[in-house]
Amino acid sequence: MSATVNAGKKAATYVDDRFASANFFKRSLGKVFPDHWSFMLGEIALYSFIVILLSGTFLTFWFKPSMVEVIYDGSYAPLKGVEMSEAYASTLDISFDIRGGLLMRQIHHWAALFFVAAISVHLLRVFFTGAFRKPREFNWLIGVGLLTLALVAGFAGYSLPDDLLSGTGLRIAQGIMLSIPLVGTYLSWFVFGGEFPGTDIISRLYAVHILLVPGIILALVTAHLIMVWYQKHTQYPGPGRTNENVVGYRLMPIYMAKAGGFFFAVFGITTLVAGLVTINPIWAYGPYTPDQVTAGSQPDWYIGWLEGALRLMPNVETVIFGFTISWNIFIPAAVVPGLVFTAMALYPWFESWVTGDTKEHHILDRPRNNPTRTGIGVMALTFYILLWIGGGNDLIARFFDVSVNAITWFLRIGIFVLPPIAFVITKRICLSLQRRDREKLLHGRETGQILRLPHGEFIEIHGPISVEERAVLLSKPEVEPLALPPTEDANGVKNKKAGRNRLRSRLSNWFYGDNIPLPTPEELAAADAHLAHEIEQTTPVLDEATALRVGTPGVIADEGVLHDDPKLVAAARDAARTIEAERGENKS
Amino acid sequence: MRRSRWAALIAVVAALVAVGVAYAVLNAQSKAAAAPAESATSAQLEEGRKLFLEGCSSCHGLNAEGIDGATVNNGGNGGPSLIGVGSASVHFQVSTGRMPLAGPAAQAPVKTVEYTAEETEALAAYIASLAPGPASPSEEELDFSEADVAEGGELFRTNCSQCHNFAGRGGALSDGAYAPSILDATPQQIYEAMLTGPQQMPVFSNESLTVEEKQAILAYVDDLRTAPNPAGQDLGSLGPVGDGLFAWLVGIVLFVAVAVWIGARVR
Repeated sequence: MSATVNAGKKAATYVDDRFASANFFKRSLGKVFPDHWSFMLGEIALYSFIVILLSGTFLTFWFKPSMVEVIYDGSYAPLKGVEMSEAYASTLDISFDIRGGLLMRQIHHWAALFFVAAISVHLLRVFFTGAFRKPREFNWLIGVGLLTLALVAGFAGYSLPDDLLSGTGLRIAQGIMLSIPLVGTYLSWFVFGGEFPGTDIISRLYAVHILLVPGIILALVTAHLIMVWYQKHTQYPGPGRTNENVVGYRLMPIYMAKAGGFFFAVFGITTLVAGLVTINPIWAYGPYTPDQVTAGSQPDWYIGWLEGALRLMPNVETVIFGFTISWNIFIPAAVVPGLVFTAMALYPWFESWVTGDTKEHHILDRPRNNPTRTGIGVMALTFYILLWIGGGNDLIARFFDVSVNAITWFLRIGIFVLPPIAFVITKRICLSLQRRDREKLLHGRETGQILRLPHGEFIEIHGPISVEERAVLLSKPEVEPLALPPTEDANGVKNKKAGRNRLRSRLSNWFYGDNIPLPTPEELAAADAHLAHEIEQTTPVLDEATALRVGTPGVIADEGVLHDDPKLVAAARDAARTIEAERGENKS
Repeated sequence: MRRSRWAALIAVVAALVAVGVAYAVLNAQSKAAAAPAESATSAQLEEGRKLFLEGCSSCHGLNAEGIDGATVNNGGNGGPSLIGVGSASVHFQVSTGRMPLAGPAAQAPVKTVEYTAEETEALAAYIASLAPGPASPSEEELDFSEADVAEGGELFRTNCSQCHNFAGRGGALSDGAYAPSILDATPQQIYEAMLTGPQQMPVFSNESLTVEEKQAILAYVDDLRTAPNPAGQDLGSLGPVGDGLFAWLVGIVLFVAVAVWIGARVR
């Protein structure tokens, strides 16, 4: 034992003598992080990314990013003798002739789907809790960049095997490039090195897929984490948690163990899924030739919303001076994603401008406490899901036995009508939850115990809420819509910014106007006193009622509700025994 | 020499007779050529006619001449003429249960088969006897044991997968119509479908896809149906939509469950 300790000390000294790192580690390993499952969603993305890097490295050992035509002579019989690109042939070899290759391919592809999905749920968590607010706006921006790069990496990877789906996807990508006015044709020729499909695109995408994009992702992930480290992690409201502290556990040993374990769980689940469930059976799709296509040609899920936008767009074109402007492709495939990503990236600045909020925030918002933001989020989500449905309209038509045209028309209208409805409903739900919180602070929690008083009145007994809950409820930030700006100052000088600020004030009113304020401290004190009085009054009545309940009609106290309070139940049992014993004595 | 004034008339009548006789002879020959290998017996034809009158004529007309549109007189039933559709078409429609039609819809669905194999044969023979048309394939034509699966795959992806999907699972067409899954169809039915182009499907005659090429396609479809999947459980072979659905409904749900579990442990 002491020998081991000594050896460890020696090693530590050796390292510290050379790197002077002891202080750094002492400080870093003792860093405190708040604890919540929703803070681990980003970790899923990080671990999926590591799985992707590991499995991807394996795949590069055998994949040949070449479009040279070869005759397949591997062990997959239904393609023997078929002409195909070397990229596709080497992917078949990885799948059928290299030990563990198929499993690795499936791990790589599943992990890619999980990666983007985990980024998405992490993004939703950050958005709905307001974690992007000052000082974290730029980390949000990095996150949006990471999401965009993940989509690019995914699409490039989808294209690399050069199977029928890959080629179909690339053809659509080329069509999107062509739709860009003025530069479209040049862009397409530049990217493909000539006419589609050419002989260059696979090797170019390979460089993008294994070097350029993963390199940038790695750099941005590092920056993302350093910023979390440096700015500290946000925390949910709770007792003892303030904007100035972080309540949680130290990195070493708690989070080291947790994070390490979680990594293995993510890796394990991914491997299990990859071992059991087929993904992207490229041998079944066949090699890409431009004259072939398959029903059910869809991109991977994260490009599905763009596919949906393309499918929904009516066929509109304009011819100007003999040049065709393909609005039918340009709008859904270039303008819509451009707007969506710009809006997403700029949202933190938009919100802070509208609300005039320039404070630092380290305590997260509960989604209900910012109804407009939550409404905007659900509105965007509705928009996204409707486009998703559009991307799979053929399969929905097939499996739910509806006409694909009917789905398309439903979505064409729904894409404009349903998101605003979702916004209104969400905002209303948030506001009623706020009202309930206020009720709880003013009247305590409803115990579900109904008492009939001797004079016949029914009352429900209220109990005090827990300290934790009270701290959470009281964490609701006080917000005030911006007032209308004065049109001129005290000296009668006209306010030049009045117009812009009026808009800002209106937006601010829209953002915060319906807010349900917390009870004032006076109201709260009065409510506490009232509740204490009520409890004081009702407790003896309740005890008596509990005791009398046995065999005495006229007093209602439901045992189903009572049993959650062991003290009351025990008291009731004692009282009942006493009463029974007394009655027994009376009889005899 | 002065021509008789009947000369023109005689010449016209002679020409008409000659054309008529020639047409009758040639037509008979072509009919004989198109007749199925095992010629139908008169008893079979009679049974087929009876079955047709009972089960089909309300829509297709008493003489299979078809009924135009839906009118009050035919009780809302209107079916196409069956003269010249051939035995392949009848066998395909009846043996898959598409006929008799379940009801007016975008397309006739596959359902319970109403006629026995013999009755179907009789119906097919009766319709084939009305006028020549594509005949049901013979045993030899359906024998794909020598066919090239890889060639079949190429042909399948070129001609079939755009509607029936790469794995033959089917897909949607416009206005509620669809290409059905072909994995439950027999080789004969698939062959007949190619030959006759039922509903939305184009005709792939023996000129556009030769008998050998059809056999190659049959071999590929057979491989789709029977070959084991080397990559585990497939998700319906419908393309990436199924994968995405699984990634969200199973993958992310599992990860979040683990996160909740780990998050809850420390408390």
